[in-house]
Amino acid sequence: MSENQNIPAIEMCGVNVAAMRDASFTVVEDVNWPVAAGGFWVVAGQEHSGKSDLLMLAAGLMPPASGSCKLFGNDTKNFGEVELAERLRVGFVFQGGHLFNRLTIAENIALPLQYQKDFTAAEAAREVQALLELLELAPLADVTPANVAANWRQRAALARALILKPEVLLLDNPLAGLGARHSQWWLRFLDQLSRGHEQFAGKPMTLVATADDLRPWQNARRNFALLSDKKFILLGTWSEVEAASDPAVKELLAIQLETTI
Amino acid sequence: MHSVPEFDTEPGGRERKIFFSRMSLCYAAVVRGKLAKTFEFADTQIFRRAALPKSYTDLLGRKLFLFLLTVQGLGAFALITLGVILSKSSVAKNVIRPRIRQEIVRAGVALLPMFAFVALALGFLVVGQTVSALAKVGAINYLGSTMVIVVVRELGPLLSAVLVLARVGTAHVIELGTARALGEVEALEVLGIDPVHYLIVPRVIGMALGIFSLTVYLIIGALGSGYLFAFLQDVPLTPGDYFKQLVESLGWLDFALLALKTVGFGFFIAIVTCYHGLAQPLRLEDVSRVAVRAVTQGVIVCVLIDALFIVLYLVA
Repeated sequence: MSENQNIPAIEMCGVNVAAMRDASFTVVEDVNWPVAAGGFWVVAGQEHSGKSDLLMLAAGLMPPASGSCKLFGNDTKNFGEVELAERLRVGFVFQGGHLFNRLTIAENIALPLQYQKDFTAAEAAREVQALLELLELAPLADVTPANVAANWRQRAALARALILKPEVLLLDNPLAGLGARHSQWWLRFLDQLSRGHEQFAGKPMTLVATADDLRPWQNARRNFALLSDKKFILLGTWSEVEAASDPAVKELLAIQLETTI
Repeated sequence: MHSVPEFDTEPGGRERKIFFSRMSLCYAAVVRGKLAKTFEFADTQIFRRAALPKSYTDLLGRKLFLFLLTVQGLGAFALITLGVILSKSSVAKNVIRPRIRQEIVRAGVALLPMFAFVALALGFLVVGQTVSALAKVGAINYLGSTMVIVVVRELGPLLSAVLVLARVGTAHVIELGTARALGEVEALEVLGIDPVHYLIVPRVIGMALGIFSLTVYLIIGALGSGYLFAFLQDVPLTPGDYFKQLVESLGWLDFALLALKTVGFGFFIAIVTCYHGLAQPLRLEDVSRVAVRAVTQGVIVCVLIDALFIVLYLVA
């Protein structure tokens, strides 16, 4: 067990990240990034800096243009159908949710469980209901995503990612477009997951979130990295972020600096 | 320590999975790993979006390249789908079977009222034309044979295919194109759900069975309404003689080729429409244009399959 604990959940060595839409275009170069099991990382960057592409690669859904990316010690380069079980140890929440519009919220959440474990809707119902209640989505269970506000769609996407009880959760700009109340809920809930939520056997979950605004993420327990000019820069803890002289970091904190001046 | 989800615990399951996985390498594994680029044929987009060529020969060349690339794309997509149908027949039955039933209802049962009307109209139309023509040459006894050749072999299957293409095929392109544009396909990949298995296989099976069943109903309806019209026109032909003519004109080959032809229509219409909806990255504004292209290609594919079967009939 201790041996497994020493294996990083995600480990990138000299990785060049290609754009998802155009594999010939490199968006981030030379990423060296170990994510320890149970860690909580926030990767900040402006729009089109390659945050989503980096997450897709980290999830094993896209091979690196060069270098190696390992999930729990397994190289993702040759991930295929046989390694699906390994890949499903990672959950993914898209910016905006990317829910299936023809299914209700409850059906969206149930789908991965039904597909992967061949459950009937009735067999999946208990776990789905538990997640709906945990994420305060129960009143919206039978509503289709088009009739739900964006705040709740994002939360439903989180529920869908959690239904398979992943060990690593990747979140693509989860706070984008959320109201203040929802943002606070997300930060609190992610912290609970990071510490170990009782719904998930109290085991700390490894979290990686991307952000285009660092201010809401201020917390000593989180680690920060920056994507800027195709470079991946490890920043460290929040105190190191505040002390960083990189203009890109200052840009991501600029509004806060203006207000504190 | 890790809670790895359990998948295939039956004996030999892992070996079988590895075997099918290697099989799948033949058609798509390489591109499958690249997520959004799974079936993307970027060359097609280059040709489509390039400026107009300066000469007619260049234009002809471009059209030829586009045609070949489309054939290549459709062929690859058809093989991928066939591979998934075979290799994942027992995967996620509780999800896929209800989806197949939904598609059979959509491409079959829901269209029955329309097909009842079309069957009535087709019987009247064919008999109305043939009775007067056959009466002129005193060959009214060939009415049954004519109905078999026209309705069973040609018009029935082709008309069914074109009607289902118009009613359901277009919906496929729009639904899948929108799903692709809104990122639902990437969401499926992330959840470990094969988009071809979840989105395409039910549509292909549903449409193949739908067109087959509807054609059978259309033919039965048209043959029945044909006699009704002949009766109303005072054609001296008893129901017994009429159905005797039908039975004598029908051979086992008609039944076999009818089944093959209609299933083929359904399979390829679904492939063409799903390919255009899913295989290429679309923006929302592309969806309507792609739907038109898919329907055009669907009709062309139907005509080509029909031509192939005419040759088979002639040879046989």
